[in-house]
Amino acid sequence: MTDLLTLTNVHTHIGRYHILHGVDFAIPEHQTTMLLGRNGAGKTTTLRTIMGLWAASSGQITLAGQRIEAMATPDIARLGIGYVPESMAVFSDLTVKENLVLAARDGPLDDNRLEWIFGFFPALKRFWLSRAGGLSGGQKQMLSIARAIVEPRKLLLIDEPTKGLAPAIIGALIECFAEIKRSGVTILLVEQNFHVAQRIGDAVLVMDNGRIVHRGAMAALAEDTLLQERLLGLSLEAHQ
Amino acid sequence: MMILSGDRPRSRILSVLLLVIVVALAVTPFVFPGAKAMNVATKICIFAALVASYDLLLGYTGTVSFAHTMFFGIGSYAVAIALYAIGPSWGAVAAGLAIGLPLAALLALGIGLFSLRVEAIFFAMITLAVASAFLVLASQLSWLTGGEDGRSFTLPELLRPGTVFIPKNVLGTAITGRTLTYYIVLVGSAAMILGLLRVVNSPFGRVLQAIRENRFRAEALGFRTVFHLTYANCLAAVVAASAGALNALWLRYTGPDTTLSFAIMLDILLMVVIGGMGTIYGAVVGAAVFILAENYLQSLMGAASTAAADAGLPLLPGLLHPDRWLLWLGLLFIASVYFFPTGIVGRLREMARPQAEG
Repeated sequence: MTDLLTLTNVHTHIGRYHILHGVDFAIPEHQTTMLLGRNGAGKTTTLRTIMGLWAASSGQITLAGQRIEAMATPDIARLGIGYVPESMAVFSDLTVKENLVLAARDGPLDDNRLEWIFGFFPALKRFWLSRAGGLSGGQKQMLSIARAIVEPRKLLLIDEPTKGLAPAIIGALIECFAEIKRSGVTILLVEQNFHVAQRIGDAVLVMDNGRIVHRGAMAALAEDTLLQERLLGLSLEAHQ
Repeated sequence: MMILSGDRPRSRILSVLLLVIVVALAVTPFVFPGAKAMNVATKICIFAALVASYDLLLGYTGTVSFAHTMFFGIGSYAVAIALYAIGPSWGAVAAGLAIGLPLAALLALGIGLFSLRVEAIFFAMITLAVASAFLVLASQLSWLTGGEDGRSFTLPELLRPGTVFIPKNVLGTAITGRTLTYYIVLVGSAAMILGLLRVVNSPFGRVLQAIRENRFRAEALGFRTVFHLTYANCLAAVVAASAGALNALWLRYTGPDTTLSFAIMLDILLMVVIGGMGTIYGAVVGAAVFILAENYLQSLMGAASTAAADAGLPLLPGLLHPDRWLLWLGLLFIASVYFFPTGIVGRLREMARPQAEG
């Protein structure tokens, strides 16, 4: 199995703060890799650094063999990366339709793909011409994810998609991610909810203080409660 | 609705208001033929286009520019200098436009590429500095611009007030070169506003809105935001310069006070806020309300003050004295911003929304 994305000794500074301290990992193609860690561990910074939204101070980031750490964000996105930021990031003044049209850079919306998306998120079809700002939190998150997959992408970076959502909506998202993975897309997903993470992930990376402190199979971590407590300071019960 | 680019007024009151403004402007030479009414109507047309072009920047990209009067001045000066130097011909008007519009676009491109990639406040400061420098330059290069006195010039024969096409009585008014100039201004301004409506409702316009809301998010979708912002800046500059050219044709004069002053920049800001940012229609409403208030409030207050004095009311005759018109104009603007924070158009659309959904 080849690696689609590789980070080698990546350091990131935000102002005078040193956030990422030599992050190293590789994301295998067609797999879902979970990036876990406590608040402030550097998970969001890692995704933003991959996207070029914060420049890496040093180190290498490679996507399908191409160095991207010095590239501008739009150029990185055009290589086939879909990014779903945290906090239900939609364009609230635009309609649902306009949000999706905007994300389909390469031309008109593909009707078949749209129907595929409506299959996971029927609410988007219902509110097609409504302003995105008027949607509920869950619907905004659905739109944010739909925007990232409205065109085929090589890699999806998804930041805490289940944060603050109701269990029914989380269930729909889990099904959606499974279906996206089946379509051959590689996913790097930041998640705080371990229960969700173990249902979605093939592989897992755990971060602490801006470093990767554990890497391995998700199934192995899910079975090892002692390891979970040591790495994440959690018990499964607290996250169910 | 193709002419409105599918972006309807979305409020019955707003539709009626816009219709009244457009019809009033269309019939002004025949129904209100006096010089003052014609000047006011022309100013409304020109400023509606100018403010709409500023709305493209402020309302659709969230970019604050203080150089908009500079572009207005470039168009105005280009036509004025060409007519002054070459003489009163259509060739001179064309030469003025051929120099002024690309010059405005080039300057906007330079400013945009230099400053739009960084913080918005930096762009605002750069535009302020460049506009100030341009104002000083226009005053100092008197051999070219006429300095503080500006440039007066003669129009091509067809546009001169002395040219009479129909000597007598179309609704009591002769049709002259002045009437033709007015309709050139009206049609030119309308074309610019409709063109801007098309731009903001195109996919390009949606990207601008996305950038206004969250620039980084738009970049993460793959949009080169500096390119989009710079393109919008150039478009706005070309429209402002075209409005400046129309202004020169109407006034037969160009000077720093009529095109480049910061008082005009403030007026543009007030008009776009009063009308409603990010709507384009707001530019038409804002320009009409502002310019009508600026020109007729004083005489209205005079009439109200006399009526109050005749009725023997206390205090009111003094409060409504015509000399206090600027105070009332200021209060009117404060009240309009307080009661219509989204502008007149925004408020009217909000009022219409529950009816539409219900």
